[in-house]
Amino acid sequence: MTAPLLQVDDLHVRFPISGGGLLGTGRRALHAVNGISFELAKGECLSIVGESGCGKSTTALSILGLQEPSEGMIRFRGQPLAGPGAPGRMDRAKAVQMVFQDPYASLNPRQSVRTSLAAPLRLHGITAASEIEGRIEAMLKNVGLTPEQAGRYPHEFSGGQRQRIGIARALILEPEIVVLDEPVSALDVSIRAQIINLLLDLQEKLSLSYLMISHDLSVVEHMSDRVLVMYFGEIVEEGGWREIFEAPTHPYTRRLIAAIPDPDAALNSAAKPDLYPTMPQLVGRSFVSDGSTAPDVFTAPARSELIEIGGNHRVRMAVA
Amino acid sequence: MTTPLLDIRDLRLVVSLGRSAHHPLLKGVSFQIMPGEAYGLVGESGSGKSVTSLAVMGLLKRPLAVSGGEILFKGQNLLALPKREMRRLRGNRIAMIFQEPMTALNPLSTVGRQIAEMFVLHQGKSWGEAEKLAVEALGNVRVPNPDRRAKNYPHQMSGGLRQRVMIAMALACSPDLLIADEPTTALDVTVQAEVLRLIKELCAARGTAVLFISHDLGVIASICQRVGVMYSGCLVEENETRALFEGPRHEYTRGLLGALPRLGSRSEHGRQRLVDIDSIISDRSKLTESRFIAPRDLEGSQP
Repeated sequence: MTAPLLQVDDLHVRFPISGGGLLGTGRRALHAVNGISFELAKGECLSIVGESGCGKSTTALSILGLQEPSEGMIRFRGQPLAGPGAPGRMDRAKAVQMVFQDPYASLNPRQSVRTSLAAPLRLHGITAASEIEGRIEAMLKNVGLTPEQAGRYPHEFSGGQRQRIGIARALILEPEIVVLDEPVSALDVSIRAQIINLLLDLQEKLSLSYLMISHDLSVVEHMSDRVLVMYFGEIVEEGGWREIFEAPTHPYTRRLIAAIPDPDAALNSAAKPDLYPTMPQLVGRSFVSDGSTAPDVFTAPARSELIEIGGNHRVRMAVA
Repeated sequence: MTTPLLDIRDLRLVVSLGRSAHHPLLKGVSFQIMPGEAYGLVGESGSGKSVTSLAVMGLLKRPLAVSGGEILFKGQNLLALPKREMRRLRGNRIAMIFQEPMTALNPLSTVGRQIAEMFVLHQGKSWGEAEKLAVEALGNVRVPNPDRRAKNYPHQMSGGLRQRVMIAMALACSPDLLIADEPTTALDVTVQAEVLRLIKELCAARGTAVLFISHDLGVIASICQRVGVMYSGCLVEENETRALFEGPRHEYTRGLLGALPRLGSRSEHGRQRLVDIDSIISDRSKLTESRFIAPRDLEGSQP
């Protein structure tokens, strides 16, 4: 069996919180990511789902090298991608790229599409003008734009077209892994469908591996091969899309799925499991004492394990 | 025969572009909301759903202006109402909740005081009395520890709690009509589900009619009895929610529904390519020429 493309092993990210007493006593750390491990195979789409603050974006930033992990290993083709012995930014850029949520905020308004797309190529040693032009042309066609549009600026495009440019920019260096951070949630419904179709086509055509971060579970179900459900820094359930959506096991996963406003479910309320009125107590978590349901993010959770419940389907349980 | 609570007749809106030029935003929109009914307006950005609600609230500012039509609220044309009268209605008989509660709440005043203001302004209560009512209102929207929370400033609350405060404010005077403009778009899914259920239950209990505006068809389906689909300043289709989702008649509605990944459809039918709305609609400019408005029996729709 070949080694997985990306391997994340016991990743921890903690943020120091300022405050506390004199001389830094009582200084606290916010545990954003608590020991998550997963693998991403070639050509696979793995989605991380969870609500704001669950650590999904921090995990992605660590993989991109934008956030130094506090503990743990991230390996790309067996080679460390973070920590000591990590490759420089330039090499990492060829392995992992990112598509952002808001394409308008992530494109430089003063650069034409051509300039935006040519910059990474030049930085990576491609200097022949004809080759740069050729690759930009091919990439624009790949994402459904025309080469003539290369001379235009971001404000001249619609939201959907801008997201196509964002995708083109992520793909221009031919990375193997693309991190998609809420790639369609800023887009209108009809445009969303076009971008989802495009992402799936490109994945097949260029055999890309996607790591998608999303809270929109209907998009996740449509696009993913495997799904990780995160809750307050931990993976609480993982499995193939079929296991997660057809047999969700962890109470949090069930709650997430039950909460999706889906027209079919809304019109046939019998078909939908009832919303959990209050979040059931999660194993291995200490809760803040004010009666709210938010776990205490300043203390590390007690030991718990992901238990295999069949296939590649795992769910978090307390250690007995 | 019951008279509709809100009767919008051929509403036309323009945005003026300088001295004589103007661009139409609403090209003759008509729909009715019966007392106690939840009506959804769905459409993409720029379709005119939000400006419709602002027109009802009388909150249109230049360069937006009404260029024709009527907005009848309990038989009274809101467009002809003096500003003073409109102010008396707004917040009292017609209330609104917005997408981003942080920008809609006053950051310098406690939430209890902001809710209490409603009772002082519209019901002539004393501040002391009003603040007690505010705590009660917070309890009604299921804010835990309402007496303690009433002393909080908006920044001390989470997004979901802030939206509950907005709902408490909006429903403080038991309005006849609640306008909700994308009230849950900024919230996490589980919080969204709770807030939607809250709106649904509170409005049903008080007999408050709802004009619910959203781009999310799932949200609309879970809360509204009837839906109007807007495209480019026109209502292109209107029907009972179930009929609309099960048998969309207008090609734009069909495109919109097909463009949506449906939960569970992948396990049933395998992964199917989402409908690209532009590939089934030949000419977008002709979309608004046809429309389907389901005939409605006004007598039978209300008890």
